[in-house]
Amino acid sequence: MTAALTDLTLAEARDGLQAGSFSSVELTRAHSAAVERARSLNAFITETPDLALGLAEASDARRRRGGAAGPMDGIPIAVKDLFCTEGVSTTAGSHILDGFTPTYDSTVTANLKGAGAVMLGKTNMDEFAMGSANMTSYYGPVKNPWKGGDGRDLVPGGSSGGSTAAVAARLCLGAIGTDTGGSIRQPASFCGVVGLKPTYGRCSRWGIVAFASSLDQAGPMARTVRDAAVMLGAMAGHDARDSTSAPVDVPDFEAALSAGVGGLKVGIPKEYVVDGMAAEIGRLWEKGAAWLKESGAEIVEVSLPHTRHALPAYYIVAPAEASSNLARYDGVRYGLRVAGGSLDEMYENTRGAGFGAEVRRRVLIGTYVLSAGYYDAYYLKAQKVRTLIAEDFRRAFETVDVLLTPTAPSAAFAIGEKMDDPIAMYLNDVFTVPASLAGLPAISVPAGLSAGGLPLGLQLIGRPFDEETVLGAAHALEAAAGFDARPPPVGEA
Amino acid sequence: MALDKAAVRTIAFLARIKVPEEDLEHLAGEMSNILGWVEQLGEVDTSGVEPMTSGAETTLPQREDSVTDGDARDQVLANAPQPEDGFYAVPKVLE
Repeated sequence: MTAALTDLTLAEARDGLQAGSFSSVELTRAHSAAVERARSLNAFITETPDLALGLAEASDARRRRGGAAGPMDGIPIAVKDLFCTEGVSTTAGSHILDGFTPTYDSTVTANLKGAGAVMLGKTNMDEFAMGSANMTSYYGPVKNPWKGGDGRDLVPGGSSGGSTAAVAARLCLGAIGTDTGGSIRQPASFCGVVGLKPTYGRCSRWGIVAFASSLDQAGPMARTVRDAAVMLGAMAGHDARDSTSAPVDVPDFEAALSAGVGGLKVGIPKEYVVDGMAAEIGRLWEKGAAWLKESGAEIVEVSLPHTRHALPAYYIVAPAEASSNLARYDGVRYGLRVAGGSLDEMYENTRGAGFGAEVRRRVLIGTYVLSAGYYDAYYLKAQKVRTLIAEDFRRAFETVDVLLTPTAPSAAFAIGEKMDDPIAMYLNDVFTVPASLAGLPAISVPAGLSAGGLPLGLQLIGRPFDEETVLGAAHALEAAAGFDARPPPVGEA
Repeated sequence: MALDKAAVRTIAFLARIKVPEEDLEHLAGEMSNILGWVEQLGEVDTSGVEPMTSGAETTLPQREDSVTDGDARDQVLANAPQPEDGFYAVPKVLE
């Protein structure tokens, strides 16, 4: 029974709860037990089984009274440790937030709580969401539940690697993460799950530890497109406390799935063929286009001429915003404090001890590109290139409804690889960063296996606030791909 | 732009991050590589292009200029590593 409950999709679990086939307490116990058994993955920084049980009991009581809050009521999920959660430690994967226990919930976690969702714990992640392999966490790397042919441990991708590993290993029915340049979609591709980055402004950023404020966006990760649609409906919505939160209605995302791709124009951006991309990724991409065509879409080649400038522009804009956002870690208001003889020395000691190597590198780069004399040459230039990238997309969406691209240039790689060369690591996000810069909704759908037996995702990108078309196309892609491979069970040997 | 040790030392002070002397050389190399890589943006013609400063095309909302929050001193101080008498405390700044 326990195994069966963790094998359900989120939508199936919702239906089972509604039908009274099992209770939220049973569902939650099964998942908390799975979390405990899979500790070798290091997917969680903080487990909250007691809290989860309390929420599950409350959900069951609501349901008995006939007042279930909605489709997420009683559903066990995992939360990236970047969302502030009232009374539960929030680390952002960093030493500098040692001991930080928020006295409030982020808007997204409050929305989910209000919808009755049951939080199983806080998932591991790259420090301050800066990384593409989950190797920069102060709490150690996360292992991908998928294994390499030679049995080597693989990275889950990042930065939301703990969340995607947990979803793939069936430790939760869904998880939430954040995506700044690909941090939901790239690990989703590496772990064989669905990951959706909504339009910038769709979900409130209030109470999410900030990395790059003009790019950060929360989104769902789940095992099916339908599950992601259900979760997004409970996460999204206007919030006056985030001035960039869009005052738009939340549609019924699940209802949009049935639209499929019939009659849609799907763009294939020719500039997404990049050097060093595995040939099998190109083949999967072609297959994806063929599937969508068979499902009724028209395939059109489009050009996004500034694509290759997106990654360098991102690696100016994001570190610049990070250096500004991370100025708040001063040893005074929260987290770590390392004594010093003067105020400056205390700041320097605290931040020197509290930030890991990648965060330090990015804060220093950000400080440099914002400094007097270099601001125009780097930061302003990158912001102008960002305009051109957004215009490329705008022009493409005059003729097509959605774009199809690979999610990542490779399958998951071994833990420890690419750690000596920051730029090689940055290249993981070559296909995800452009949509981030333009603020567009984009989803990664598991579409096939590599020659080495590892999952590969395809990405669909849509117009601003048109998650419905993206989800409909993703649903069709998912059906055509029929991805049903799963990683070996964890912790049962 | 190649950065040397002295430049990294200055940047680290601006960012208030203590960097051990023995890390400076390596960091200067890494940062120079990254800056050299992003400088490829120089080949993009951006004359007459407006900078994009937000992830969305929205106008910032305005609201009544009134107090909507506050009176939460204990909550605000709850996570301070060394609060004193209801205040944040820092090393002595004025002699």
